[in-house]
Amino acid sequence: MLLLLLSLLVTPPVLAQATGPLIDALATDDYAAKEQALTALTETGDPAIVPALKALESGQLYRRLADDKVLIGQEQEESISLTDPLTGAAVGTEPAGNVELIRVNNRLRRAIGASLGALTLRSPDAAVRRTAAEAVFVSRDAAALPLVEAALAAEQDIKVKRSLEQARAAILLADDTLGTDDKLSAIATIADKGGQAVLALLNPLLGSEDAAVAKAATEAVRLIENKLAWAAAAQNIIYGLSLGSVLLLAAIGLAVTFGVMGVINMAHGEMVMLGAYTTYVVQDVIRTHVPGLFDWSLLIALPLAFVVAGGVGILIERGIIRFLYGRPLETLLATWGLSLVLQQAVRSIFGPTNMEVGNPDWMAGAFQLGDITITFGRMWIFLFGLMVFAALMLLLRRTPLGLQMRAVTQNRAMARAMGIRTARVDALTFGLGSGIAGLAGVALSQIDNVSPNLGQGYIIDSFMIVIFGGVGNLWGTLVGALSLGVVNKLLEPLAGAVLGKILVLVGIILFIQARPRGLFALKGRAIEH
Amino acid sequence: MQGGILLPRLDRAGLLFGAVALGLAILIPVLNLLVPADSAFHVPPHMVALMGKYLCYALLALSVDLVWGYCGILSLGHGAFFALGGYAMGMYLMRQIGPRGMYGHPTLPDFMVFLNWQELPWYWLGFDQFWFAAIMVLLVPGLLAGLLGWLAFRSRVTGVYLSIITQAMTFALLLAFFRNDMGFGGNNGLTDFKDILGASIQADGTRSALFAASAIALALGFILCRWIVRSKLGRVLVAIRDAESRTRFLGYRVEHYKLLVFVTSACMAGVAGALYVPQVGIINPGEFSPANSIEAVIWVAVGGRGTLIGSVIGAVLVNFGKTLLTNALPEIWLFALGGLFIAVTLFLPRGIVGLWTDHRRRRREKQAAAIATQTVTEGQ
Repeated sequence: MLLLLLSLLVTPPVLAQATGPLIDALATDDYAAKEQALTALTETGDPAIVPALKALESGQLYRRLADDKVLIGQEQEESISLTDPLTGAAVGTEPAGNVELIRVNNRLRRAIGASLGALTLRSPDAAVRRTAAEAVFVSRDAAALPLVEAALAAEQDIKVKRSLEQARAAILLADDTLGTDDKLSAIATIADKGGQAVLALLNPLLGSEDAAVAKAATEAVRLIENKLAWAAAAQNIIYGLSLGSVLLLAAIGLAVTFGVMGVINMAHGEMVMLGAYTTYVVQDVIRTHVPGLFDWSLLIALPLAFVVAGGVGILIERGIIRFLYGRPLETLLATWGLSLVLQQAVRSIFGPTNMEVGNPDWMAGAFQLGDITITFGRMWIFLFGLMVFAALMLLLRRTPLGLQMRAVTQNRAMARAMGIRTARVDALTFGLGSGIAGLAGVALSQIDNVSPNLGQGYIIDSFMIVIFGGVGNLWGTLVGALSLGVVNKLLEPLAGAVLGKILVLVGIILFIQARPRGLFALKGRAIEH
Repeated sequence: MQGGILLPRLDRAGLLFGAVALGLAILIPVLNLLVPADSAFHVPPHMVALMGKYLCYALLALSVDLVWGYCGILSLGHGAFFALGGYAMGMYLMRQIGPRGMYGHPTLPDFMVFLNWQELPWYWLGFDQFWFAAIMVLLVPGLLAGLLGWLAFRSRVTGVYLSIITQAMTFALLLAFFRNDMGFGGNNGLTDFKDILGASIQADGTRSALFAASAIALALGFILCRWIVRSKLGRVLVAIRDAESRTRFLGYRVEHYKLLVFVTSACMAGVAGALYVPQVGIINPGEFSPANSIEAVIWVAVGGRGTLIGSVIGAVLVNFGKTLLTNALPEIWLFALGGLFIAVTLFLPRGIVGLWTDHRRRRREKQAAAIATQTVTEGQ
């Protein structure tokens, strides 16, 4: 039988005319006979029989009682419309009484799956061949072995070849009659593949009587488990960086208002919330008036969110905060009250429920990097966080406004004496921090529920990050946010999300014990007050 | 300290407050239980429960005032101590339900049966005894405050940083108590209580007794706080509030004083929570929300911080306003509360009591000026 299969596979596929009778042989009530017919069909190696096998598998292959011909059938209301299994040509409709469904049992279904896998091994499309090889690897059907061997002999594509070799090794490993050397080489081949499926294959071999095989299998399992652990850790670090960039966006505005100015703005989260609602309004207007612009909605929302949140920030600074400079605790209470007012205002205008904010096409989907999945949305948010950070850095270091801001922070009286309008700089600095929070809101609207409480979830984390990173130090905020995100995600599988959060919190409190001024402390006496 | 520790020399204000609270503790139950329902002086049971709730809030405000008004520690986590005391009491009340729960399990509370738990977790043991629960009401908040305070004060975390850490603490507890596997009833918390100390929790007599207990607890808390702030210890606390570094340079161990007052205050908040739970009939993780803690701070600010009586007045007034407003216009309440925060900090930094004392001082100055001019004219 094997010889026959091999001879068949190295010769070109048999012509379809010869295949017809083989298909008709499926029309029997005896399952063993059906299996024989299936084997014979598979031996032809003819891709043309694939539709017939698929129909058989899904219970759509019928025997016409009049002439015992096997046909593919589509059930209609009262009748069955029939097509030829090889050519796909319609051959009329029959009342349901004139045809009989060819039944399959589970054993046969498995065999069909293996046959289909084996048949597509010779597809002209390399990707299809590779998928087929993977399918054989999973099914480990011994019957497919000759097909795999033959395909290997003919294969040119390196990637497909490797998949075929792995499939072959998987089949061979399931065979107990194999010699030690063959087993060892099969283990070596398969160990390259890695992954959970291979572990399942190798685990039975761990207790093999053959010491060499057992040793090789143990080694291979150890390697694969290591690889898997690394991949999981890498994936977690990616998640962590993505969470960290979200935290960075939320915290970076606070690094300006709290870090640079020393203002405790409890309504900072509400600035983020305003940015998210601006995004919602922009998308709403675009949907109703210019649907074609939808993919641009986020880019349109960014400057608007900056202006809205920044404008509100300037109003807050002029209306409330400027009377409370030097009284941090009062500022805290007043801005908390303000956050209540802003939340309630948004609730009154938009309602308390979550708003529908859509994702543009370029935010959707994901790509693979080795074993790691990265979604485009997360990637853009990560890049956006870094861009905002860089822009803020440039603004503080390279613009006249930034120079004035730093001057006012360092020595207000001297700056005034030099002619800097400190009150104006205060308002602009606060507006800048709030505007950045608005930008964060645009990004967060893509991954979080846009509701009046959106900001509350970020305020405590943001303060923690700014304190952890070292007040008044932007680099500290960047490092603090990213490392907190990563630590959080690495703890999650060990401790659960909530416990992880609590541990991080306790960690920060303990960290402040060691370094009361944060990671990157400013040196000098001025910071005491 | 004259008069010794056991018999602190009670000042006039402390005595007066104690007397008023005792009077209330007797009067309200009498008006509720003995005056016929159709009389104009009858106090309906739900009013008793409502006033009892206000008194618990007042005790919480008092504990906040002790650390914030007299020691400059703005704690945004006192709601957590309040809630922990409440949970300790709630656990006792849950154990009192016994086999009368929906599932009729002799020892396990309903929510544990629902989660298919087989036995009581170790930390629920002992809560069938009232004395044990009463100790826990003080011990759990006290321990947490001790741990947090010891860590924070030791490394000189002060001011706003401390506020944010306390807020983070209550936020973390909120998250933890929301979880079902914590064994505190998860999202729904603890409720459906039946009796307390053998008396039905729904009965009018029990409600009145709880009200009286709250009034007495508030009076004792007030007297304790008065005693602390008028003693030498209180003087040191105020010194720490006004100039921490200077106090330290004078040789005082600032962190010890702070820790002592922080733990005392947390225990008071725990007692307030424990009295609050049987009167409202439920305790759930929502009590841990940071908003609750910061609301307690605003009661103190409205009444006037650094004046013990102010915190009591503020708590009662703000909550009375809340009851009125949420009944009339629910969505207006948050605007009002937010506005209150802003207005008080901007225009009324010393609260209502501060207004009153300013007014009295001005009147006295006027009188003194008038007398002075009189004597001058007479002298001519």
